[in-house]
Amino acid sequence: MVGNRLTGGEIILRALGDQDVDVLFGYPGGVTLPLYDKIFQQNKIRHILVGHEQGGVHAAEGYARSTGKTGVVLATSGPGATNTVTGLVDAMMDSIPLVCITGQVVSSLIGNDAFQEADTTGITRAATKHNYLVRSTDDLARIIHEAFYVAKNGRPGPVLIDIPKDVILDTGEYVVPEDVSPRNYKPKTEGDEDKIKEAVDLLAVARKPIIYVGGGVINSGPEASKLVEKLVDLTGYPCTTTLMALGALPASHPNFLGMPGMHGTYEANMVMHECDVMLNIGARFDDRVTGKVDGFSPQSKKIHIDIDPSSINKNVFVDIGIIGDAQGIVKKLIEGWSEKDIEKSSDLKPWWNKIKAWREINCLSYKQGDQVIKPQYALERLREIVNGDDVYVTTDVGQHQMWAAQFLHFEEPNRWMTSGGLGTMGYGVPAAMGVQVAHPNSKVICVTSEGSLMMNIQEMATISKYNLPVKIFNLNNKVLGMIRQWQELFHGNNESECDLSSGVDFIALAKAFGFKAIDIVDPAEVDSGISQMLEIEGPVFLNIAVDRNENVFPMIPAGAAHNEIVLGPNQSIQNVGAENNVMA
Amino acid sequence: MSNNLEIDGINDHTFSVVVDNESGVLHRVVGLFSGRGYNIDSLTVSEIDRDEGYSKITIVTSGTAPVIAQIRAQLERLVPVRKVSDLTRDGRSVQRELALIKVQGTGEKRIAAMELADKLNAQVVDSTAESFVFEIVGSSDTLDRFIDEVKQLGLVDVSRTGIVAIARGAEGM
Repeated sequence: MVGNRLTGGEIILRALGDQDVDVLFGYPGGVTLPLYDKIFQQNKIRHILVGHEQGGVHAAEGYARSTGKTGVVLATSGPGATNTVTGLVDAMMDSIPLVCITGQVVSSLIGNDAFQEADTTGITRAATKHNYLVRSTDDLARIIHEAFYVAKNGRPGPVLIDIPKDVILDTGEYVVPEDVSPRNYKPKTEGDEDKIKEAVDLLAVARKPIIYVGGGVINSGPEASKLVEKLVDLTGYPCTTTLMALGALPASHPNFLGMPGMHGTYEANMVMHECDVMLNIGARFDDRVTGKVDGFSPQSKKIHIDIDPSSINKNVFVDIGIIGDAQGIVKKLIEGWSEKDIEKSSDLKPWWNKIKAWREINCLSYKQGDQVIKPQYALERLREIVNGDDVYVTTDVGQHQMWAAQFLHFEEPNRWMTSGGLGTMGYGVPAAMGVQVAHPNSKVICVTSEGSLMMNIQEMATISKYNLPVKIFNLNNKVLGMIRQWQELFHGNNESECDLSSGVDFIALAKAFGFKAIDIVDPAEVDSGISQMLEIEGPVFLNIAVDRNENVFPMIPAGAAHNEIVLGPNQSIQNVGAENNVMA
Repeated sequence: MSNNLEIDGINDHTFSVVVDNESGVLHRVVGLFSGRGYNIDSLTVSEIDRDEGYSKITIVTSGTAPVIAQIRAQLERLVPVRKVSDLTRDGRSVQRELALIKVQGTGEKRIAAMELADKLNAQVVDSTAESFVFEIVGSSDTLDRFIDEVKQLGLVDVSRTGIVAIARGAEGM
């Protein structure tokens, strides 16, 4: 410290402290050495040394999603920064608040193709909500505080701060967060009163309503989920939650229909298709939910609540768009509804009767024999065995992810972390690491499969090193299952480049990483395997050999409408528009 | 109401965008257009107030009404964007473009070029024994017409600024 000026490294740590940051997921490098020297000299902020910067970003995402706080990543210049890109885009697509600090070569060398130089702000401009290149140490504190504000406010997202080495070494003035006012970025959070009123009026006359809840409700905070539940109770309306919003309404709630969309439940999709009023709270009409837009919910009037004005009318036209934060708007909907003193139960009877019939189709049924373990069975047993415990689940991407979404039930928000928008294989293990760092005494389970697992497997070493008791639940089918499923259904069963049977010995590998490893192949062993996994202290790897040829059903083929849903292997896929060939 | 968003015709729209004058801001705006597949028919940018630290970008784009609404919403959510005005939608506006046009020739062609310049109010800003540089300010159509007509008269080079625009009437942005 020189006078009341601090070095850039000191400013970074003080600013992070003032932003209530307690952990960094990082990897050091040449240009960040002076910052790491300051990290060494303090113990207020914990640093987790990850195995790869992408893992660091996913860990920060897991941390953020399970706490509601902003996750923080630290990477060096050049390859350190480029390694974060997949994670940043993942956070962008799923609206996860992150601050990613990258080192940059000294200012005088920028543009000279210096060692480990990359145009980080250029590369990440489309991968972040916003990014900064810091030119002077005097700007550093302001920029960090502003970055945290931007990451968390409005529709959340990743913000990157690129800091040249000389800016870390120089001295500058520190300013506290209270003295920083973000210049122009002031997202609208309060919903328009007139539109809320209109929405209440429209909801009040519904005979076939649906409440369609998305990740915006999770991002709005746990109170928003409580209010959604209250709205569902008050109206008696059925409710479906997207992949991003599982847990926003307790899965045990009688009005919960499961998830909508490509691998959603039959009842949720039929309700979406046939409803007369749709209330969308914080979902974005993603193509995996809507299917063919022309055939999406053709008879309904639609209300859409979203904090991002660009989400309204982007994919689907709506009748009432309300811009703002879910929590406040749902509260006002409840107030508006209560004032009107509406009694809907008799009006809704025919609708609920229809829903009851759709539910009776039992669309998630499967047959477990005594030879090969069905993945659905393994997940169903996991659900039953952890029932009542406060468990956090992360997943990777593919068939196992969809089965986990279908078969695991969440009673609370922030318990389910999955890569929804980007569909990033390799997300699950590092995300579980981040969740466990945030919740050291909770059960954290990563549901994965061997294809995804290999994409960030190095983080098993990090988990082991910090003795994080993460449980990896590996549904091992020795194939890229979702690829194989699509090849079977849409590409003449030509299994092109999806086979993984050459066989990694995952048990030996898990042990090498310092995990306790359990291997099960017999359906009769599933329960004991899961119980052991949960009982053993420290990191555990459970390898479950599952049926290679099982498909995820129900399935709405890409480019089809909700009523073209395919229920199971015995129903052929037909009535699908030609465009499904160009959609993935 | 149809869910299909492509229901009406494609129209030109001129956006005026006030942005923080910081490095990379133009890239953000241009990247938004290229990344989401929107057209840019014309783009101009210049600092407006150094003390206040802002610049103005004028973009002419085209699309159906929902696409234009989406472009506006996407622009507005960029952090350094202070204000977006759709000059085509929000009322009448003045639109101008400037071109510098070099014509080479002697004799009758040279005289014809001068006459044409007089007719369309173009100024001579450079001349040699066998060439002129004309400056013309006006609507893009006027510029197009001038350039089209001097093609036969020895046109050798053109530089155009792209469109700048401002709303008519007393209100500022």
